[in-house]
Amino acid sequence: MSRRKARAYIMGAYEHPTRLATDKTIAQLHMESALGALADAGLSLLDVDGFFCGNDMPGIGAFAIVDYLNLKLRHIDVTDTGGSSYMIHVAHAVEAIQAGKCSVALITLGGRPRAEGANTGTMVRPYHHAQPEIPFELPYGNMIVGSYAMCAKRHMYEFGTTSEQLAWVKVAASHHAQHNERALLRDVVTVEEVVNSPLVADPLHRLDCCVITDGGGALIVTSPEVAARLNRPKVGVIGMGETIKGQNGGKVDLSFSAVAKAARTAFEEAAIDRQDIKYVSLYDSFTITVLMQIEDLGFCEKGQGGRFVADGNLISGVGRLPFNTDGGGLCNNHPNNRGGMTKIIEAVRQLRGEAHPAVQVKNCDLALASGIGGWLGARHAGSVVILEREA
Amino acid sequence: MAGETNTEQLDPQTFGNAETATFWNAAKEGRLLIKHCTACDEHHWYPRTHCPHCGSGETEWVESRGEGSIYTFTVLRRNGGQIPCYVTLDEGISIFTNIVDCDPDDLAIGKRVRVRFREERNGTSVPVFVLSEQV
Ligand SMILES: [Zn+2]
Repeated sequence: MSRRKARAYIMGAYEHPTRLATDKTIAQLHMESALGALADAGLSLLDVDGFFCGNDMPGIGAFAIVDYLNLKLRHIDVTDTGGSSYMIHVAHAVEAIQAGKCSVALITLGGRPRAEGANTGTMVRPYHHAQPEIPFELPYGNMIVGSYAMCAKRHMYEFGTTSEQLAWVKVAASHHAQHNERALLRDVVTVEEVVNSPLVADPLHRLDCCVITDGGGALIVTSPEVAARLNRPKVGVIGMGETIKGQNGGKVDLSFSAVAKAARTAFEEAAIDRQDIKYVSLYDSFTITVLMQIEDLGFCEKGQGGRFVADGNLISGVGRLPFNTDGGGLCNNHPNNRGGMTKIIEAVRQLRGEAHPAVQVKNCDLALASGIGGWLGARHAGSVVILEREA
Repeated sequence: MAGETNTEQLDPQTFGNAETATFWNAAKEGRLLIKHCTACDEHHWYPRTHCPHCGSGETEWVESRGEGSIYTFTVLRRNGGQIPCYVTLDEGISIFTNIVDCDPDDLAIGKRVRVRFREERNGTSVPVFVLSEQV
């Protein structure tokens, strides 16, 4: 197969260092993240002509933050699929750049759920009274963690997956996080510690769940022309896929996620084989989220995810498929309950050779970032980007 | 019970809108209505005016036998032990609901359940399920 040539490049990436932002506003987190990514790329706010964000911004869409940053834009895109939005923002930035609508796209994320005391996984999320499913679901405790737990329960029933296998996802993340001085949780944990941590929603334990942190991040996607005159490694976007999966009119099948379809689209576009991927960033809201993506991305057969992740197979330098080498959402950071941004940032670090030396994947020329946002057991989105380092 | 508090904040119109008022009125009488499409002969859930399987507006309310089996479930240990689940009705559709009045250790995927109704604090009756062997 001949690989797809990138049509746009990620030239700037920045992860905000804070994990507890009691002294900062959300707008500040967006600004500091934007400036960090622009400095990384060698650009300034004046160069930005496209802006991409989710609807977690304060106020309606992009109004407040675009004005706060004082951007002068040619293109705006507010797309929201929860934590998986950021892979879609990269994809939409590439499409806009290819269509000539902008040449320097800025994507920002910022939030402070930890400072504000949010119980992300176990609270009832805000909803609109006209959401048609609400009266049929709200009375029954439709919080985030339960939705993912129901998928884990079903996976165990259909495929024999065990809590110990799920625990290996957290164990691998903790092995990586020990090297990240900014990670919220840096202690290496064992399978026993994960399965002996308190149950939150059967079969998910506290250590099967990601952290709640403040913070932010930003990405700069540019046209090939802009990329050529910047003094940074070029990370090309060669494959993109996105979709939403719901309850299918009541014909519910929780054995697969929206990533299955998004991955097919992305791999077809990139025209590469799965085994060519050297590193993966997988959204890790919960351990089951990672296991489901590994299967749906095609790194193993459906149902074999439990066996695949066991025995350190996700640990860099140890296993076949190094993942989330910053410690991921399970250990490092989950700014504003939206892990897609940091997934892309760590993939960029890997492709540039700028990950921590203890977890840097050798000759990392092809990487993938995948996200699941929303309620895995009901309505959720899958989004995938395939990234290539260009000489 | 943990589930009851969730509906306090819902205004009656959320439950009484024109599209689903028939469902909620029947629920008050202890009957579980589901939608059937006469164009494609499929049931669907949650109820809509138009069939999500084929787009036809030729849908009708039919009464479910109220029996099915557990497709999956969880126990919300941090939220009062409420048990969200999907129950697959014998009519072939899976509905998001709760299992009530049971020892969580007795639950298993595939076990038979049947409907009963729980009155919420806002006066609405919502379908929940109990293990059939208990009935
Ligand atoms: Zn139909």
